[in-house]
Amino acid sequence: MTATALTPPIRPEYERDLPPFVEAPVERDIPLAARLWAQDWLRRLVIVAAIALIWELAARWQGNPLLLPTFAATARAFVLGIADGVLLERAWVSITVLLQGYVLGVAAAFALTTLAVSTRIGRDLLSTLTSMFNPLPAIALLPLALLWFGLGQASLIFVLVHSVLWPLALNIFSGFQGVPDTLRMAGRNYGLTGWRFVTQILVPAALPSIVSGLKIAWAFAWRTLIAAELVFGASSGRGGLGWYIFQSRNELYTDQVFAGLAMVIIIGLLVENVVFSTLERLTIHRWGQQR
Amino acid sequence: MVLMSNLNAKGATAALPPALLQVRGVTLEYATQERVVRATHRIDLDVHQADRFVLLGPSGCGKSTLLKAIAGFIPPTEGRIVLDGTPVKGPGADRIVVFQEFDQLPPWKTVLGNVMFPLLSTRSLPRAEVRERAQDAIAKVGLAGFEDAYPHQLSGGMKQRVAIARALSMKPRVLLMDEPFAALDALTRRKMQEELLQLWDEVRFTLIFVTHSIEEALVVGNRVALLSPRPGRVKAEVNCHDWDLHSMGGEDFQSAANRIHDTLFAEEP
Repeated sequence: MTATALTPPIRPEYERDLPPFVEAPVERDIPLAARLWAQDWLRRLVIVAAIALIWELAARWQGNPLLLPTFAATARAFVLGIADGVLLERAWVSITVLLQGYVLGVAAAFALTTLAVSTRIGRDLLSTLTSMFNPLPAIALLPLALLWFGLGQASLIFVLVHSVLWPLALNIFSGFQGVPDTLRMAGRNYGLTGWRFVTQILVPAALPSIVSGLKIAWAFAWRTLIAAELVFGASSGRGGLGWYIFQSRNELYTDQVFAGLAMVIIIGLLVENVVFSTLERLTIHRWGQQR
Repeated sequence: MVLMSNLNAKGATAALPPALLQVRGVTLEYATQERVVRATHRIDLDVHQADRFVLLGPSGCGKSTLLKAIAGFIPPTEGRIVLDGTPVKGPGADRIVVFQEFDQLPPWKTVLGNVMFPLLSTRSLPRAEVRERAQDAIAKVGLAGFEDAYPHQLSGGMKQRVAIARALSMKPRVLLMDEPFAALDALTRRKMQEELLQLWDEVRFTLIFVTHSIEEALVVGNRVALLSPRPGRVKAEVNCHDWDLHSMGGEDFQSAANRIHDTLFAEEP
């Protein structure tokens, strides 16, 4: 190896005249089928339809409507339930209780995490309380709640707050801790402190974790509520969806049991795809915090 | 060269107005898990109105820590920092910082929202006036037409321009810049330096600029403080108002850069 071998050769410069490009079209249309298949809702609808078909076939093959009613029978019970208003009324009872517990739990979670980011003792309080109460199933507190608050909405709301508060507080706090230092300093630079600092810097910056916490808390709240209604039923003659399911099973209307479950699922789907996805589209997707 | 700057210093001392920002015997320390580290030791600096004052030094000389102390994020363990006769007690909107990191811009606000944000949260100006001031600042940094874009849609240079516009719109007493161009590519960096100088020419703000690039210090600053590492102490202050982007690569410029390099990295006896 000589030194000259390491020097690249000097080549002449050149320039080309490029004629207009005509050999093939520059743009092409995507076929209609491919465009349709690119729609999220259509693919999801196909999945739901496939599940319904498998359910229908399995129920017919099994042939016992007491154990497993067909999809068609469930759909009929669902439509009938909607038509005579029972199902909607029960769902409404559940949702009002659920929303009260949810809102209270969310407020408590924000209060607790705000305390935790501003003081060290608050942080210790949050981490101790969450490690104590998060593993405790909310439904296990129900007997105690009934003892304290009596047979009524107050007991339900108590267990709902318990089921919402801890997982949400954990999520919010981990979101707050993930806010980059530069952003914090930028906020403090403008003289933001305390409550204004939390609402104007920390909450929007931690919104991806907060939204995922809100979703988890929503699911937990539903589970807890339905389970609690199954256990202790109606208060003053106004039962919710869980009570509807429980009653229908007692009277061996299995198709109504399924219709009640379907109502829970549909409400869940609606909240997820309308409320939460709108919230995400307007905030974290738009801001580029999450794809 | 040495002679000239000496003359300058002597000639000017008699008529010097009181400094805008006085750093007096400032010692800064930060604590890690095991020990307390001294970042700077008894720093004395005077920054005057409309200075482009550069803090230059190798990594570990505490220049960023000193800047954060001036911004009020870190309280000095010794000494004091006085701005316009008032001691610095904490972060405040009279000293706006432009950071190196791009995440200084809240991603949930548009360019316009970002520039308006500090104005709205610290000043009690009518919204229309805030808007006007923000649009003015955005136009100054050449981002007119991008008011409704979100930070994630901008390039690195554009994000830094937004940060500069945001700082300028606040009309701070001192503008603090912490290696603002270090995360940019070389071409963009050069362009940003040029634009910063043009802006200064127009607005004549007071700037404190932290960098570890000797060339950048010479181009951007009119006076450079050289800091020694571990702990940071002021080794020299050098005038560099003669240099701009066009003198880069020239012989005088190179020798000035080399002199600074030798001062910074001279073997301690």
